[in-house]
Amino acid sequence: MAKFQISRRKFLTAASLGASGMMLSGCDAFDSQLSIGSGLRSFLENANGLTYRAQRLLAGRDALAPEFTEADIRQPQRPNGVTAPDDDVYKGLLANNFADWRLEVSGLVEKPLSLSREQLMNMPSRTQITRHDCVEGWSCIAKWTGTPLSLVLDQAVVKPQARYVMFHCLDTIDRSLSGDIKYYGTIDLIDARHPQTILAYGLNGKPLPVENGAPLRVRVERQLGYKMPKYLYKIELVDGFANVGGGRGGYWEDNGYDWYGGI
Amino acid sequence: MESVARSQSTAGPGVPASSDKTLIYRQSRWTRLTHWLWAISLFFMLLSGLQIFNARPQLYIGKQSGFQYNNTVFAIGAENTDAGPRGYTEAFGKRFDTTGVLGWSGPSGNETARGFPSWATIPSYYDLGTARVVHFFFAWILTTTLLVWLVASLINGHLRRDLAPRIDDLKRLPRDIVDHAKLRFHHTREYNTLQKTAYGGVLFVLLPLMIITGLAMSPSMNSVLPFLNDLLGGRQTARTIHFTVMVLLVAFFVIHILMILAAGPINELRSIITGWYRTDPPVHEDETAQRSA
Repeated sequence: MAKFQISRRKFLTAASLGASGMMLSGCDAFDSQLSIGSGLRSFLENANGLTYRAQRLLAGRDALAPEFTEADIRQPQRPNGVTAPDDDVYKGLLANNFADWRLEVSGLVEKPLSLSREQLMNMPSRTQITRHDCVEGWSCIAKWTGTPLSLVLDQAVVKPQARYVMFHCLDTIDRSLSGDIKYYGTIDLIDARHPQTILAYGLNGKPLPVENGAPLRVRVERQLGYKMPKYLYKIELVDGFANVGGGRGGYWEDNGYDWYGGI
Repeated sequence: MESVARSQSTAGPGVPASSDKTLIYRQSRWTRLTHWLWAISLFFMLLSGLQIFNARPQLYIGKQSGFQYNNTVFAIGAENTDAGPRGYTEAFGKRFDTTGVLGWSGPSGNETARGFPSWATIPSYYDLGTARVVHFFFAWILTTTLLVWLVASLINGHLRRDLAPRIDDLKRLPRDIVDHAKLRFHHTREYNTLQKTAYGGVLFVLLPLMIITGLAMSPSMNSVLPFLNDLLGGRQTARTIHFTVMVLLVAFFVIHILMILAAGPINELRSIITGWYRTDPPVHEDETAQRSA
């Protein structure tokens, strides 16, 4: 029995040393394996593709995100990311109340478009009270008004080889050695043609404020906030995004966020 | 194997000489495999989850987060005081100074404002995107493992034989509580009532609740199961439940480890690695009578 007691004590000592060692060294043990491009991380990132396919299978094309009532609008829409672009082009457009602003629709389309705000607002609109979920974890309910993206795509006539819609923005979100980085992002054509995907110019019954993306921002209601670019000026239909930015499909994606933001 | 021989030689009078019968095959390969897959998944999900929480170290009740009104029930933060920056944790309006661990932590002289400290998060530095990659990878592993375990346990009888509650469990509950409190453990083939409650609670309540509240936070799943958040009380309530269940799972883990250490870690570990478990030597009729008297 005495022998067994000793071996148990040894085991306990070893176990507690092991446990505390793990605590002390912290979880920086995994840090190096998790940087973008590393084999382990690329393997783990496959889960996002699985989530994407599983959720597309379950939700289909047209399942709607929950909509709320006026009573649920309890506060102004919380702005995040860039809230006042410092770019000269943007400031010039803002000074003229976006009269010179145009939305360019280009890339893999039969009829490239250049639409003014008035032209967009004269198209059929959709108003929806939805919950904005930020990747950080918070949510905020607001009423959005805008032109369904599908109508704009129909007008431009999307070529069959197009697979993604790429949004180009006016705001500089980051700076790198090779110059300013403007916000950009991509969604697939299923979300682009989703009934609730709108190019929003109105928020809570008023024109879209600068901090929330004036003159135009995207609403992609089945994904998180980082998939809904603000300060939009160009929509480009593409068949891939490997050659743009970091090649991962968006500003935040290039910084390690999953391309599919439905979870 | 050495301990097998030893225990045979130290077996007291009255114990059958063929006492290697006390070594029984207790855990099937499915139970053992799924146990370790859960252990690994939960480790990574906890540490990446704490990193995700750090991006917004507040919990709310309701559909949305109150910025112009207050529905915050829990918060970790940092504030400047006359004595320098301090970390605090606030629960239901009560504030506690948690400098060094929650809110304000890091190497001496190099502290930063962060919810959970870097030793408790993956990655150790602030990186929400990477934490989400890790979290959702292991979410798939955890969920698949739970399904595999459920099917295997239905087929091999583990559920019916070991986990299903019986009238007897209720009868023996008071004695189980006393035994556990006195750290007096009976090593039997069967789980005792508290074990059944703990394992059943984790497998049938906590883990499913974790998966459900996790799905309820996904905007895409909200379009598939719109009633889920109504049922739970809103997306932010779902997030708060998700966090609370995490705390309960950590509590389970701590008790689980303490019980294993107290009940004999070698025997317990052997059974969850190899399946073989040493049960107590059979008790004589008169001893049984004495004990129950």
